[in-house]
Amino acid sequence: LFQYCLSGHPTLPCNVLKFKSTTIMLDCGLDMTSTLNFLPLPLVQSPRLSKLPGWVLKDGSTFLDKELKECSGHVFVDSVPEFCLPETELLDLSTVDVILISNYHCMMALPYITEYTGFTGTVYATEPTVQIGRLLMEELVNSIERVPKAQSASMWKNKEVQRLLPAPLKDAVEVSMWRKCYTMPEVNAALSKIQLVGYSQKIELFGAVQVTPLSSGYALGSSNWIIQSHYEKVSYVSGSSLLTTHPQPMDQAALKNSDVLILTGLTQIPTANPDGMVGEFCSNLAMTVRNGGNVLVPCYPSGVIYDLLECLYQYIDSAGLSNIPFYFISPVANSSLEFSQIFAEWLCHNKQTKVYLPEPPFPHAELIQTNKLKHYPSIHGDFSNDFKQPCVVFTGHPSLRFGDVVHFMELWGKSSLNTVIFTEPDFSYLDALAPYQPLAMKCVYCPIDTRLNFIQVSKLLKEVQ
Amino acid sequence: AGQDVGRSCILVSIAGKNVMLDCGMHMGYNDDRRFPDFSYITQNGRLTDFLDCVIISHFHLDHCGALPYFSEMVGYDGPIYMTHPTKAICPILLEDYRKITVDKKGETNFFTSQMIKDCMKKVVAVHLHQTVQVDEELEIKAYYAGHVLGAAMFQIKVGCESVVYTGDYNMTPDRHLGAAWIDKCRPDLLISESTYATTIRDSKRCRERDFLKKVHETVERGGKVLIPVFALGRAQELCILLETFWERMNLKAPIYFSTGLTEKANHYYKLFITWTNQKIRKTFVQRNMFEFKHIKAFDRAFADNPGPMVVFATPGMLHAGQSLQIFRKWAGNEKNMVIMPGYCVQGTVGHKILSGQRKLEMEGRQILEVKMQVEYMSFSAHADAKGIMQLIRQAEPRNVLLVHGEAKKMEFLKQKIEQEFHVNCYMPANGETTTILTNPSIPVDISLGLLKREAAIGPVPDAKKPKLMHGTLLMKDNSFRLVSPEQALKELGLAEHQLRFTCRVHIQDPRKEHETVLRVYNHLKGVLKDYSVQHLPDGSITVESILIQATAHSEDQGTKVLLVSWTYQDEELGSYLTSLLKKGLPQSTA
Repeated sequence: LFQYCLSGHPTLPCNVLKFKSTTIMLDCGLDMTSTLNFLPLPLVQSPRLSKLPGWVLKDGSTFLDKELKECSGHVFVDSVPEFCLPETELLDLSTVDVILISNYHCMMALPYITEYTGFTGTVYATEPTVQIGRLLMEELVNSIERVPKAQSASMWKNKEVQRLLPAPLKDAVEVSMWRKCYTMPEVNAALSKIQLVGYSQKIELFGAVQVTPLSSGYALGSSNWIIQSHYEKVSYVSGSSLLTTHPQPMDQAALKNSDVLILTGLTQIPTANPDGMVGEFCSNLAMTVRNGGNVLVPCYPSGVIYDLLECLYQYIDSAGLSNIPFYFISPVANSSLEFSQIFAEWLCHNKQTKVYLPEPPFPHAELIQTNKLKHYPSIHGDFSNDFKQPCVVFTGHPSLRFGDVVHFMELWGKSSLNTVIFTEPDFSYLDALAPYQPLAMKCVYCPIDTRLNFIQVSKLLKEVQ
Repeated sequence: AGQDVGRSCILVSIAGKNVMLDCGMHMGYNDDRRFPDFSYITQNGRLTDFLDCVIISHFHLDHCGALPYFSEMVGYDGPIYMTHPTKAICPILLEDYRKITVDKKGETNFFTSQMIKDCMKKVVAVHLHQTVQVDEELEIKAYYAGHVLGAAMFQIKVGCESVVYTGDYNMTPDRHLGAAWIDKCRPDLLISESTYATTIRDSKRCRERDFLKKVHETVERGGKVLIPVFALGRAQELCILLETFWERMNLKAPIYFSTGLTEKANHYYKLFITWTNQKIRKTFVQRNMFEFKHIKAFDRAFADNPGPMVVFATPGMLHAGQSLQIFRKWAGNEKNMVIMPGYCVQGTVGHKILSGQRKLEMEGRQILEVKMQVEYMSFSAHADAKGIMQLIRQAEPRNVLLVHGEAKKMEFLKQKIEQEFHVNCYMPANGETTTILTNPSIPVDISLGLLKREAAIGPVPDAKKPKLMHGTLLMKDNSFRLVSPEQALKELGLAEHQLRFTCRVHIQDPRKEHETVLRVYNHLKGVLKDYSVQHLPDGSITVESILIQATAHSEDQGTKVLLVSWTYQDEELGSYLTSLLKKGLPQSTA
């Protein structure tokens, strides 16, 4: 048994396991924190961003001023944002036999692996993982491709030059390996290599190893994997949750008697209690709106947003917010909301019972019906006609570097009446906000991360021993 | 379901586990025969003790209609497995069935609404392809079956013995569902439905065109079309068909759907859209196929409205309820038409009119004359003969058992299966038991010492190739072990017996005995270069452990007798040596 770790990101893992002469890649996460080093991509030309001064070296040389811009003491690359790929040098990825995906956040690097490494194997994932993963990729590709950027900076990546740059650019590793976003044809090709699996399905790999996905309780269709031969059992636990949100609860019993347990994707903010954070989210939102301000929630188009909408559904009437419009803007907003309603089998018991009635499992169906929640593919078109303030806007991307969120940051950043509430834990909110400084807008950090914390892990380990 | 369609219920005993497959009612009967006879399972004692689990393949009443009776009135508390859509829809159909039987026909001693609820509490929902471990040995797995929303085939497996039960299935995708699929799981037994055992249906498109033409013609001449259907399943497919046709042809005649279930039913389809076919799944975000523009809810008063109309009414076999009421109203007019889109069970009005009967005796001795046109169009989503053969090819079973069909048709299909696949095919009647022999593989523990010893012999073991091993099988205390012979003898306290073969070989050689021996020795040493050949001081020769001695013949001094003696273990070398020596010695130069 050998394990190689190809991703340095704690919650977006990419590991390779060699077991019984099969080579198994566990997850395929894409580290997007690299984009924080880039300037935001505004959909509408932003005078502020285009007027930022070029960065000048200490000795006064200005040869980098086209590539690097300075904003409130931070230096940013003025280029198409690039991502930090999983390590591809450590071992020959064309020898990987299968890739097991644990949840839709952990498959974002898939096109890079399946299309550029000579990979010829099969990818296994559950149906919700694939469908929602596709939506996340579509949104990503769409939000980058619709703002074509003439410039693609590369001079700063020169090792000699990079040494001279200020932190964090100076310390960024393997910048030469950073890649631009993939395209839709590549996404489709990658997704066509996926074979759908159901929880507790036993899949034989070459008669040597059997793999089985189990519910991990973190997201729709999220799974942990059991990898076993006749006598050895390896459990891969990635992005799991013991809290009851919308997905089917975590299957712990099947993890018992493992010889090896690989644990990854723990919460990086163990002190933030998700329930408390949701409460804080609601009260901040209500306060801002009551004072006539707007609320911006940078988020992914699927996942925590379902839970937030559900909380707001219960909260808005009691808080007297019934007249405030909620907007959800994403090229995949409609698909995401529709898809969430059809995965009854992957939901928690309460939601399943609703489907049996038959009623839609998520209350956002009702929010849409009563016109309280409206969704748009982008800020163009219908949205500009319907747009009313004060309002609450859910939109991506949580890094604040691309997507419609850039527009709202520029629009609302100057007024202290408005609030931006960070709920996604993947990006440091201070870094995310850096290119928008100075900022008058209020910033609230309510990260909602339902993944396992250390206390839960030690309890879990005791139980499965 | 033995040689009959209706009240599907099959008991499978596999490696000591008992599994009941489906628990249906029979639509042709209103007496005790409508439910399966559970006394076959056990005469005395509780069903729960006897059955390990119950599996329901899909929500049609001939597969689940007796479930509350079985679990609540006869009494069963074990697990009942079905897919999520089946679990959602099944109680609604059961409640509907109960209402018709109790409220309309006034029967007593039938299961109650509460019993349906209690029964559903025992249901465990399963995913497709999920391997459900019922207990430590018994596992089941569901495969997609097409047929209706949530229909599944089930694989039941204990150790290495397995059975696949198809329930009802469809091998060709239709307008709203996909085709059944199973992997090459090579079960010991495949239990297949055989509703359309002898039919090979023409292409679906032709049938659809035919159907639309007939409906269109009738409507054009001002007639009314009655299409008896079950609320879920075929109804949705035909609705999609008519809806698109009406839209394309810009027709105005109203289409009604008779039951309050419609909207609810369509809602189920919407929420379980992952169970429908690829096309609907792909486009559902833009346009939900189950939201109909032209199809409206039916009111009883509409039946007397003048002018053309198309009505979908339940139930599908004209045996009760609204479809029968409308049929009675419209039957007298030759302008009207009834289209039976599915199979009708013997004894139902549907079956009678399809077999050509035109004068029906209704309740109260009334004679109803049927003047309206009667059309049959096979839209029910069962596999036809071709489909059944296709599934057998996919799964590669060792035996096939046919159920859910008519005896005569089964007979035909049985012959065809036996001819084409060379597997045994059975078609038991209700109450009959079929026993199928399997070749179970039995795990045996091997002693480490023996394993190491055997592995050391011959080439380096290759994980991908089988290897032959020698050892002694010890069956003791219900366990099987493979040990070395010495250990077996020791454990059983037996003394070792040696089996020796001795063979005489005559050789013409006038020389002295010891010279003959020397010649033999030289010869063998020359031929058997890889063996240790020794000449012992007592005048005998050994080749490995084989002993050769020479004596002069008592009567003929010119003939020497060679005694060759070897143990059973050296049989191969021993017999080789004998045949070598029998060929005689080479002419010596000495």
